[in-house]
Amino acid sequence: MVNSQSWIPHEVDVERPNPARMYDYYLGGAHNFAADRELAEQALAVRPALARSARLNRRFLNRVVRYSSELGINQFLDLGSGIPTAGNVHHIAQQRDPTARIAYVDNESVAVAHSTELLAGNDYATITKADLKDVETVLSAPGIAGLLDFDQPIALLTVAVMHFIPDSEAPWEIFQRYHSALMPGSLLALSHCTVEGLAPEWTKVAELYKSSTTPVYPRDKAELERFFTGLQLVKPGIVDAIDWHPDEGEQETERSGFYAAVARV
Amino acid sequence: MGRGSGVIKFRSPVKDNPATDDGGGPSTHGFADTWAATIWPTGFVSMSLRETQLHLLNTTQRLVAALTDPTQTAQLGRSVGEELVDAHFTNPEALELSLSLIASRLLKDFAPQLRHINNAELRSRLGLLLGAIAAGFSTALRDVTFSEQEQIRRAGLLARETTERDLRGSEARFRAVFAGAAIGIAIADISGNILHFNPAMEQILGDSSEAHLFSSVAQFVDLDDAPELWSQYQRLVNGEQEQVQSEKRYVRPDGSVVWADMVISLVRDDNGHPRYLVVLVEDVSERRRLQTTLHHQALHDPLTGLPNRTLFFDRLRRLCNQHDSTKRIGLCYLDLDRFKAVNDSLGHHVGDKLLVELAERLARCTADAGHIVARMGGDEFVVLVEDCEGTRQLKLLAEQLLEALAAPFEIADHQLTVSASIGLVEHQAAGADPAELLKAADITLYWAKSEGNGGWALHESERRGRQVARYELSAAMPRALAHGEFLVEYQPLVRLRDSVTIGTEALVRWNHPVLGRLGPQHFIDLAEETGQIVPLGRWVFEQSCAQAALWSAEFGAQAPFVSINLAVRQLRDPGIVAELISIAQAYDVAPQQLQLELTESEIMGPSDEALERLRTLADAGFVIAIDDFGTGYSNLAYLRRLPVQALKLASSFVTGLQQDPNGDRVGEEIMKTLIHLSHILGLHVTAEGIETDEQARQLRDLGCDNGQGWLFAKPGPPETITEMLRPKT
Repeated sequence: MVNSQSWIPHEVDVERPNPARMYDYYLGGAHNFAADRELAEQALAVRPALARSARLNRRFLNRVVRYSSELGINQFLDLGSGIPTAGNVHHIAQQRDPTARIAYVDNESVAVAHSTELLAGNDYATITKADLKDVETVLSAPGIAGLLDFDQPIALLTVAVMHFIPDSEAPWEIFQRYHSALMPGSLLALSHCTVEGLAPEWTKVAELYKSSTTPVYPRDKAELERFFTGLQLVKPGIVDAIDWHPDEGEQETERSGFYAAVARV
Repeated sequence: MGRGSGVIKFRSPVKDNPATDDGGGPSTHGFADTWAATIWPTGFVSMSLRETQLHLLNTTQRLVAALTDPTQTAQLGRSVGEELVDAHFTNPEALELSLSLIASRLLKDFAPQLRHINNAELRSRLGLLLGAIAAGFSTALRDVTFSEQEQIRRAGLLARETTERDLRGSEARFRAVFAGAAIGIAIADISGNILHFNPAMEQILGDSSEAHLFSSVAQFVDLDDAPELWSQYQRLVNGEQEQVQSEKRYVRPDGSVVWADMVISLVRDDNGHPRYLVVLVEDVSERRRLQTTLHHQALHDPLTGLPNRTLFFDRLRRLCNQHDSTKRIGLCYLDLDRFKAVNDSLGHHVGDKLLVELAERLARCTADAGHIVARMGGDEFVVLVEDCEGTRQLKLLAEQLLEALAAPFEIADHQLTVSASIGLVEHQAAGADPAELLKAADITLYWAKSEGNGGWALHESERRGRQVARYELSAAMPRALAHGEFLVEYQPLVRLRDSVTIGTEALVRWNHPVLGRLGPQHFIDLAEETGQIVPLGRWVFEQSCAQAALWSAEFGAQAPFVSINLAVRQLRDPGIVAELISIAQAYDVAPQQLQLELTESEIMGPSDEALERLRTLADAGFVIAIDDFGTGYSNLAYLRRLPVQALKLASSFVTGLQQDPNGDRVGEEIMKTLIHLSHILGLHVTAEGIETDEQARQLRDLGCDNGQGWLFAKPGPPETITEMLRPKT
């Protein structure tokens, strides 16, 4: 118990749409409830390309994990891991190195319960229920401090999660605080939704999320640069997720609505 | 992460051998690549395009096998459909595109492998295959959906259980705190109805039967008539205020009193609407008792238990701050006579006991009237009479107090008879200065003592004013001397025979910064009392010598002598003779040029030593004169024994010369006789206070040697004399 608020647990409210389960629905999953599907369908009605965006964001995650593995990094801290939909980090990473260590963090009870079941028997993957904003709590949690070796490089993944934190809570500072816990050679990956240069429907989608448990705060490229102050960005810098190290033959032309960037510590 | 198992299942490894046409030949690759390119964008796959191509290569081989072997068609077809789902191609569009591609391309692309089967048969098998794929896909999708729904439901339940367990834990902690807290806690709905309260609350409010315990928060607030608290409570309930805090006094059902520090806090629901009230009550009775004790200790004398100086001043100050001009207050300031003797002879132990008993008697004596008796320190006590009816009441009270002390005190085998003196002050209350009042009482006590012990004195402001003035003047004198506030003026002494100025009298003045110029009558007595006359007299003597030297230098033998007043107090100083002589020498003034005046009363009664010093001064050449002769015993015979050479007649004789409308010449006769006798004794006679020509003429006719007075000149700066002496040109 670090702060007084955590003394009293939050209630589980499956009646309210949850972005993690909506995301699963976009990805064709059935790990979701009626309320999630209802809001997801509303969003899809406004912007049918949303499902594609989710898939492209997922592809970015996939590529970043592979990129990290290729650099020899075999530790992953996935903040806001959500519903463990197909192609999750530990699967990709452990395909290459069965001893790769993956610590998932999420604050949503259902996602955590689901992940707990799924990871049962996997000695190298944990799920921790925590709010990624409580950096100290996260870093000192047994599932993280007891699994990852912070003296070795770690790939920190904040994929489609920072846009749930409002400016008032300075997500860039949170990002930087994780940065300061990492050894040289580590990576920090970010994907973040945006409406910059996109059709007005995207803004409407963001509006829709306000009725979910977690509103969305899309950010411009300039705003995202703040996250990487003092960090060396891996080429090509902050780009749409489709343009970040696309696989051969997969080059897309239509933007995903996610900015993606990776920095090297 | 795959569905269910979390792993993507590859049915069998693909033997990618382009050399053989029945396996992964060029047609197989071509078909698989096209297939992958077609469905990959529709999928939710975690596989890359390349992985998808490899994956579909295997599937494509199965398709061909399904057409080749009619016994396997349905089974392999189903497995292909399942495989699509397993590879996350769960989008119905993926099935649609796949079926359409297989229907249009499969027979054509694999015509060489299928050439041994006739067309009709192939078409039939293809139809069967497509149906099997759709069925396999649907079944797998349904299974996956069921499975995932099952999983998410289970996760939901698990999460809820976890949360509920946490909540139970939280509630258990809360219960433990609630039950075990030393602070009384009550929870009420927003209407103020109390829903729960903890044991501490019961304990503090002293009620074990719920029937009696407060049922409403309003009762907590309403027990005192505190309108401000009540309105704060209303604001709290309306959600305009978050907290109400107050220290309150509760009477328990058994009648005992408890002081409680009470805080009522507002608890809001998720939407910010007021929902509950939480009342916290802390028993602060002990703390309060301690505070009260400390407060009492701070305001009371530990020995006698009477109010102390601080409390007395508090009360007095409050009385003085009121505006009712009809209210008067009285102070009886009482001090034991010779209390020090009790302490010194019988010890402080007895002295303290005496004070305690004295305090008791004083308190008893004033209790009925409700006056406050305070111990001001030592053996000083003061009775404060509020609403004083006048000095009569105070005098009566003083008599009563003295009477109360009259009976002997029995202390430790001693019978002590004591007396006390009392100073009384009576004053209008409004606007009085407490410190001044007490000072007045103190001074009046001093008067009472000086008039004899065991009595009282009533303060009179004029008497006080005089004393204050004298006190302040004497206190200021040393500083005034150092700051040059004194100055010397000279008045001529004129030889009546020829009106020549033969001498001057040095007269000291005080240029007081506040009171203005003061004559010697205002401060010389004071200076004699305080002993300041010694340094002041020395200073005047020095000034006179300096002036005498100036005149001597300018006028030589015609220079006037300087007559200087000498106080008998100065003569008591053994060093006076040497001092005067050395000062005169220092200014190079012959003693004959200096006349020392002593008043008649002073010169008649000095000690032998003083007289001896006077003789020595006369022997040294100083002229000794009797000042103000005729105001005392005027014992001429005694003068013979004194080293006196001159006599100054008091101005009353001069006034007496004229004061005679009926031709009565008694005054003139007395004067004549005095002058005559003086001459017989060899004394020069100077008449003081000559104001008219007539007086001067009379005195000259009577043989008086010299005259002094306003007729000739008022005392003035030495320059005036100098001018007078200078030959007129």
